[in-house]
Amino acid sequence: MVEHGDIRVVHCGGSKLNFRDPVITHDSRFLLCASGEAVKVFSTSTEECIHELRGHTGLVTGVLLRPSNHLQVYSSSLDGTVRLWDFTDGILIKTCVIGYPIYSFYASAKHENVIFIVTSMPSEKRAERFQLVAVHLPQSGDQLVEARELSAVLSGVNPNPAAIAFGRGVRIRRHKDNKKGGWNTFTCVACHPKDDCIATGHEDGKIRLWRNFNHKKEYTYSTLHWHHSAVSSLCFTPEGTNLLSGGVESVLIQWRYKQESERDFLPRLGAAITHITVSPDGSLFCTSHSDNKITIIQSCVKVSAVIQGLVKGDSIRTDLMMDPRSKALVLNGKPGHLQFYSLQRDKLLYNLDIVQQEYIHESGLQQFEVVKAAFDASGLWLATVEERHQKAAELELNLKLWAFDEQTQSFVLNTTISAPHDAQITAMSFRQTADSQTTLLVSTSKDGHFKAWQLAAPAHTEDEGPSWLCDFVGAYHGLVPECCSFSADGSLLAVAFQEVVTVWSPATWELLTTLSQPPGAVSDLCFGRLSCSKYLLGTTASNLLCCWNLLTCSLEWSTSMDVRRLLVDPLSENMAAFCYQSGSTDLFVFKPSEPRPLFSRKAVCSGKVTQAVFAPREEMLESCEESSQWLNRSQLYFLTQQMVNNISSSTCFLFSPLKLVIDDSVAMTPFYLLLGKHRQQQQEHRDSDSSLWAERTALPQTSASIKELLQTPAHVLPSTSYLCSMFVQSLLISVSDAREEKAHAEEEMESEKEEEDSEEEMESSRSKPELVAAATESDAPALTKAQARELRRVRKLDHSWLAGLLDS
Amino acid sequence: MGEFKVHRVRFFDYMPSAIRTMAFNSQTERLAVARADGAVEIFNFNDNFFQEKVIPGQDGRAIEALCWVGHRLFSAGLNGEITEYDLENLRPQYTVDAYGGPIWTISSNSQGTQLAVGCEDGTVKIFAILEERIQFQRNLNRHKGRIISLCWHPSSAQIAAGMTDMITIYDAETGQATRRLLVDRAMGASKNKEVVVWSVGYLSDHTIISGDSAGKVQIWNGLTGTLVRTYLVTKWDVLSLIINASQDESSVIAGTSEGTVIQFQFISSTLDQHDKEWVRTRTFRNHSHDVSALAHTDTAVVSGGMDTQLVVRPLLDKVEKNTQESALRKIAFPHRSLVGCAKKAGLLLFQFPDRLELWKLGENFHYVHTGKPGDRLPVKRKPEKLIELKRKGEDHICCSALSACGGWLAYSTVSSVRLYRIQYNKTISINKVPKLPKELRSVHQLCFSSDSSKLFASSCQSSVIVVAVSQQECRYLHTLKHKTGEWKARMHLLCASDDGKWLATANTDCEIHIYNLHKMKLHCMVPVYNSCPTTIAIHPVTNNLISVHADQQIFEFSLVQKEYTQWSRRLQTQGLLSLWLERDTPITHITFNPKNPDHIILHDTYMFCIIDQSLPFPELNAVLWNQMTLKNLPVSQRIGQSHAFKICKIFQHLMCVSLLEDLSLVVVERPLLDIMSQLPAPVRQKKFAT
Repeated sequence: MVEHGDIRVVHCGGSKLNFRDPVITHDSRFLLCASGEAVKVFSTSTEECIHELRGHTGLVTGVLLRPSNHLQVYSSSLDGTVRLWDFTDGILIKTCVIGYPIYSFYASAKHENVIFIVTSMPSEKRAERFQLVAVHLPQSGDQLVEARELSAVLSGVNPNPAAIAFGRGVRIRRHKDNKKGGWNTFTCVACHPKDDCIATGHEDGKIRLWRNFNHKKEYTYSTLHWHHSAVSSLCFTPEGTNLLSGGVESVLIQWRYKQESERDFLPRLGAAITHITVSPDGSLFCTSHSDNKITIIQSCVKVSAVIQGLVKGDSIRTDLMMDPRSKALVLNGKPGHLQFYSLQRDKLLYNLDIVQQEYIHESGLQQFEVVKAAFDASGLWLATVEERHQKAAELELNLKLWAFDEQTQSFVLNTTISAPHDAQITAMSFRQTADSQTTLLVSTSKDGHFKAWQLAAPAHTEDEGPSWLCDFVGAYHGLVPECCSFSADGSLLAVAFQEVVTVWSPATWELLTTLSQPPGAVSDLCFGRLSCSKYLLGTTASNLLCCWNLLTCSLEWSTSMDVRRLLVDPLSENMAAFCYQSGSTDLFVFKPSEPRPLFSRKAVCSGKVTQAVFAPREEMLESCEESSQWLNRSQLYFLTQQMVNNISSSTCFLFSPLKLVIDDSVAMTPFYLLLGKHRQQQQEHRDSDSSLWAERTALPQTSASIKELLQTPAHVLPSTSYLCSMFVQSLLISVSDAREEKAHAEEEMESEKEEEDSEEEMESSRSKPELVAAATESDAPALTKAQARELRRVRKLDHSWLAGLLDS
Repeated sequence: MGEFKVHRVRFFDYMPSAIRTMAFNSQTERLAVARADGAVEIFNFNDNFFQEKVIPGQDGRAIEALCWVGHRLFSAGLNGEITEYDLENLRPQYTVDAYGGPIWTISSNSQGTQLAVGCEDGTVKIFAILEERIQFQRNLNRHKGRIISLCWHPSSAQIAAGMTDMITIYDAETGQATRRLLVDRAMGASKNKEVVVWSVGYLSDHTIISGDSAGKVQIWNGLTGTLVRTYLVTKWDVLSLIINASQDESSVIAGTSEGTVIQFQFISSTLDQHDKEWVRTRTFRNHSHDVSALAHTDTAVVSGGMDTQLVVRPLLDKVEKNTQESALRKIAFPHRSLVGCAKKAGLLLFQFPDRLELWKLGENFHYVHTGKPGDRLPVKRKPEKLIELKRKGEDHICCSALSACGGWLAYSTVSSVRLYRIQYNKTISINKVPKLPKELRSVHQLCFSSDSSKLFASSCQSSVIVVAVSQQECRYLHTLKHKTGEWKARMHLLCASDDGKWLATANTDCEIHIYNLHKMKLHCMVPVYNSCPTTIAIHPVTNNLISVHADQQIFEFSLVQKEYTQWSRRLQTQGLLSLWLERDTPITHITFNPKNPDHIILHDTYMFCIIDQSLPFPELNAVLWNQMTLKNLPVSQRIGQSHAFKICKIFQHLMCVSLLEDLSLVVVERPLLDIMSQLPAPVRQKKFAT
């Protein structure tokens, strides 16, 4: 139906850093950790990501230093391959195809060229069982080898990598067997590097040190108990003098081996510890945390570096938002915080403490959570809602308004409104006007009211600045408002009260009209923008997507689709709808006024997409293809929730921007062209284009590209003779700039031509009787002839394409 | 199971006494436990931990230490005397004053020839163990300060003595102190408080292990006198410490004031090397109070302390998993009945070490009550305490009996027997029967015949003395002996039949004898079973003898035919369910239902059971405790599901279950929680989240 040859979904970041335990290299300079389908190499001193080892096509499930060569690293993945990398240069050395999904893997210095992997047992129908398999890696010079020498070691093991450890010389495995009731379940195991001592962590917070283990039945153990909840990670230091343990308390504990009553604590690490690793020289400890963070600790005293990924709490209760100022993605992250996340650099910029209360690390405790947040158009104001819902007590709500402080370049709390509503706030919206003098915030709540808040003039005292006060309280027949939306020019406010959409004038707080499309409560409301600003779109719980014309106050069209998320592009009239159908999500991009979607893609991803955002591009692209024009001004990012088989019940979150890959856009820098051509030859570079893309857009100057060129390892580059001419060409920048300008000009011309066309059309149809728009609103903009014509045309159009699309 | 009116009795405030010390004899597998009131109990670890013997206590006898020498048991206490016990007649055999002030500790050498005691005045006195007595040999060199703990080196050449602030090693030959090991005081505020070495152990490789009041367990090299390792195990005291000396000396356990028992093991850190070291391993937390007594058997850790319970914690690496042996065992109640019940009069007799209490049961209104099972009946008359009888003398009461009519009451101490006549005319009068026959001097068990005309008393010579009691006089009738001249173990159980014809006796050698009281001679002997009978009873209708043994087996013996009955044989061939056999408290009392001769009612601490002899035995895979499932079944299906064992666990920590003549059931409970609540407060411990 629609040509979409070169629009594809790219994982752009936000993947978990704490999925598996990281690895510190021998010289303690680098930290390697599995992150989604790549392995990231961080510097332990500067926290910067140095390389991304890309090549796996499945989730990376383990990273290990090669025992025989400490400059190489193995990585295993669910795609059934083990790859050997040179992490200093970031190049793939060898790929070993095993053919079964690898859930975790281990290697030991005693077993040369043998790795031990955990795979699922074949021919097992019901509950999946896992087995430990020894794999002999073939010794050949080829890049791609297939491992055939597999031998099963043990079956029925736990796929969690913490459940298997290597001891001194002997291999020791303990799989979770529930020996004595639920509380004694093993959670992790570690082996002493010198003694025959095995440390196990348990669900009830105890650590047991088992000795005499290999004598039959004569084993004995001692118990260490400090943790109050399950011990999630255990690690011995390389000399075996200390044992490190961590859990949900987010305290790193260092037990003296053989003097276990003495222990050191490193508290306040921020979030529950999931993994602990120690550098081979024992100088650096590194803890992974549940908030997608890796902390590097110097000798158990000082936190020296923090590598922070995108924080994913229990649920994203605030929607995805773009900070208009920093163009950062904003969502709730750490409990009680809003995080600002740079999509370009895949890096957390900063956390804004909203709740400003100490977080207590205890499971089951109800704490304040940030549930709603909204920015106004200029990014001057930020409104947040936090709530705490205890079972016995009633709901505690706070609405906070933050002003951007130019000096400190951060948000400063302006007003705190405690208990702004009697019940949960369902939606919140700023009036998106260009003139930011009279900002208005509307919040709707389950108590049946919506309230408008306005910045009031300062009171009598001079030292206080302006603060926010309630301006208007609205209700409609006692119904519960679910969502609200301002029109683009801020002249209309639509509030959906279950099945009824009410349209208000914010200037006079007058109920202008009501729109209704039963059955099913309206769950999402959007005003059209620019040329489509007369349309109001809504989705209902009964899987209807409705479009009302505000001029006629009637339903323009409606189609039946299960829209999970309706988005409006702030820079164009395009709208995007994510529809959930039979286990996967479809994406439609359309203009409310046009019958055909600009773009549609079945099964963008599996699972539901509930969060998405249009991010404006820093500079506009010119595009040649019609189907990808909608991506010129902004990119679409959406958040998926991918269940990672049953390696663990945890979920992995990936950011996937829909990104346009246009061939001649590569010519923007010659260096890119150069690499682009070579990409076909070098397979491992094929997937790195998005990162290069991001870097290119961020640094379009040629000096940067030259720098890039100089920094690229020499063995990746083509021959110098070839490179030289390209390099000299690249210095002639002005050519491409001129081209760009020309492209802009061309586009403008095209749009003018379009206008002319429409004029002509209008004149030709003048003979037709004009339909008077039944404008009930007094302050509705007067219709131009062109608009009226457009309206008629749209009305005549058949909107059944959407339904047809769904059926196909 | 049948419906009963139940007297739920909770006014027996029995309070066991704290365990002070214990000693384990690994040859005979007997554990001697000394309690704070001076009583010594002997447990047979071979026979399902049965409490074989109880030597009643005495006022003023505070036992600090116990010591086995072969089959002989010695104790020493703060009264400054060393006592040897007569384990057959259950009384102290002789006492020797050590003349050194209060004695804190006693220890024998490995050959069993010498006994060392540590005295308050700082002397270690050596006694030679002779046949029948001990004799003072000499003093070791005296030091200032008391001797708290002692341990012989296995070679008997040295003695380690724990004192305040130090451990002294004596040469046992010369009596000279060869080495003094100074023990550090506790850190912090209690720096000025002297540290007491509560317990010391001496291994054959000259390693000395000490536990002290600063909470440390320290390992010393006894040859060089240097400290090897210090383990700080508690903030309070390490009160007791014991080595598994009978084995390879590779395990040491220490008991603390916090109620924990901590094990240390001598193991090699790596498999292929042989340099072993002491490592703190397991921690057992089975007590709420001080653990002042410990014993280390080959397979288990036995501990006892202030909370009066004896805990046998098996070491799971030494025993088979999931067997009866691997279960934790807590012994909280005596393995004998302390409650007497007058079935005709509705009276209860409670035996305390220092007094007897006679209670009359309450009554309810006599109208037909239509309620659900488990409802409370309205009480017309509350139970009342009729008599509280304080014992005379300083010996504690060892046994007591109440006649079925309630008119006679007898009790015995180690030295004397007293008999009282009780009359109930408006006011209660109690009169001591003045002249008792001189044969009644020291008895182990008392029993009245069912018509209250005769008193049976098991005497020291393994004989039963029969005394006729009547209004006018108390007359010696006969002495029942099974064989003349042969030394036999004492009788610990007596039981007379309802028709007055039979008397059954059981002794600790597991023999049961039947006497014909009409002919006053031995009728027969029940075949000897290898486990000690815990209770015996004669069926009132069939005159069969029911005996239950420490290993939970049940036998029925026909007195007339002099053989086991068919029912008993069937039970033995089919076997009892393992759930029944794995119960850890013995059956202490049997009664019969006069309305239904098929019913036998027996109880242990945790349940009572009605055995219906007319019903089939449960299949080996059947559910033993099936009363709840039966209750929910329709009547027609119940017959197919029900089996001979009907078990009720509603009442907990039973001291006695008996059936009165009016068919109401008397259940005497003593909840363990009540005992716990009467204990003194334990040491303060930081509890998480408090």
